[in-house]
Amino acid sequence: MDMEKSKFKAKISQISETAALVEFGREISEDINKKVRTFCTYLDDKPFYGMVEYVPAFTSVSVIYNPLDMKSESPYEVVKVILDNIISKLDFSLEDEEHIVEIPVCYGGELGQDIEQVAKINNITVDEVIKIHSEGKYLVYMIGFAPGFPYLGGMSEKIAAPRRESPRIAIPAGSVGIAGMQTGVYPIETPGGWQLIGKTPLKLFDLKRNSKSLLKAGDIVKFYPISYEEYVQLKEEE
Amino acid sequence: MSISVLNPGLQSTIQDLGRHGYQKYGVIVSGAMDVYAMRIANIAVGNDENEGVLEITMIGPSLELEKGALISITGGNISPTINGKKFPMGRPVYLKEDCVLNFGACIAGCRSYLAIAGGFAVPEVMESKSTYLRAQFGGFNGRPLKKGDILNIGTKSVAAIKIIEKLQEITQKGEFAAPSWYIGDSTVENINSTIIRVFKDRQFDNISDESINKFFNSEFNVDNKSDRMGYRLCGEKIELKERLEMISEEVSVGTIQIPPDGNPIILLADRQTTGGYPKIAHVVSVDIQKIVQLKPNSKIKFKQITLKEAERLYFEREKYIDELKKAIRLTIL
Repeated sequence: MDMEKSKFKAKISQISETAALVEFGREISEDINKKVRTFCTYLDDKPFYGMVEYVPAFTSVSVIYNPLDMKSESPYEVVKVILDNIISKLDFSLEDEEHIVEIPVCYGGELGQDIEQVAKINNITVDEVIKIHSEGKYLVYMIGFAPGFPYLGGMSEKIAAPRRESPRIAIPAGSVGIAGMQTGVYPIETPGGWQLIGKTPLKLFDLKRNSKSLLKAGDIVKFYPISYEEYVQLKEEE
Repeated sequence: MSISVLNPGLQSTIQDLGRHGYQKYGVIVSGAMDVYAMRIANIAVGNDENEGVLEITMIGPSLELEKGALISITGGNISPTINGKKFPMGRPVYLKEDCVLNFGACIAGCRSYLAIAGGFAVPEVMESKSTYLRAQFGGFNGRPLKKGDILNIGTKSVAAIKIIEKLQEITQKGEFAAPSWYIGDSTVENINSTIIRVFKDRQFDNISDESINKFFNSEFNVDNKSDRMGYRLCGEKIELKERLEMISEEVSVGTIQIPPDGNPIILLADRQTTGGYPKIAHVVSVDIQKIVQLKPNSKIKFKQITLKEAERLYFEREKYIDELKKAIRLTIL
């Protein structure tokens, strides 16, 4: 076991006056993403002196620090030693507990105007789009782009659809969409070119909630269909 | 104490050093575009450097201030006046009477910072007073100022009270008192010749040799679609050696992205947390203040330096600010 983890080496480099980048690999994979999360969990529990924050991505984490706190003319060298040390003692083989978040979606109709388009592109019916989309298990690779926006992996290629040719000026918060091989939920109103297939009454980002972001990297998302009436009711409860 | 907004200006928002620690939830950093000017504004009135200030862009607001306020204005010169008289920038100004602050033409730069002793008493959202416009939170109700807004002011620091005592000794005529010294800002004063220093970023080697040559040897124009998120440049198109499959990864203040149309974008305060475009270079942190003071249609040129050199400039800047703080402390004691 110990042999196994000592073999792993992450690539660490300086990317600016105030940040180091830790790379765990070069492709989008659950294994590499799990390493990213193991490392981030450690930084959450034990941030080092002078660390400002970290920004996780699919395969890498940038660690932002205050150079003045490193008390050295080469602050990055100090940070590199700290990061090397952390990585050498982490056990990347640990399985994390599966945390499933179920998200209700009212598919089609006014709330998902592009669902017929998605069905047409894939030569299937609207019901089949709903079935395939809500049967999937999606891994949250990272949160980014907007507060609480999840980059989800694991969508079936049977419902893939290219972005709309002209993006919408305002996509309402809660919209569930498809862009290429990706599916996602818009947490706040933004412009965007995704094909909209439905809408959730849940708030993906809520300042009043303790955890603010409904989802975090490593979560498993499952969508389930609800009726318009259920949507309205749940929306009121939120 | 409070400030009444008679006229909001083009886009006046409360900003501090930014919202740090929440990028992992997709919450952008925000904060002042010209962090240097913003820190100086706070230092001049005895505030904590991270206190919220008013960022004023291109067209300034009209504000009614109460007697007893200690304020400062730094950064771009948008012709500030107080009760019709020229406002002395870069230093603490004590108001002996109620006053109206106005702005005029952009003389140099385009972003001004107004700090008031005690700071703006707005609730902190995720430990920051910065306004996040798109998500509509932080600052003053998550939005730019509107006509009729009343901004409440916090309690003055011990340093601010000492500065006021010192300024009260000056027996100037008129409704305000200010020292003769001021903190200069050479970058804003010399904004016409803008050479931006950069170091290589991660996809530098993926850019064609011809484009690298163009990047460093031609002038770029600041596009009028530039905003707090980023400055868009036009000029020579920058091309990759070959198509690149990119995975979204970190971006930060100063990252220069190359989108498919070949026009570079310099990412600034309101940038997204991650990005998927190739990154050619990164602006050194001490030169960010030059960029954010540029108006649309300004011209810039890039000059390459090493990251080590950028780090040295960073330390030099921090040392300068530290000395400035000490000098001001000596002046007021």
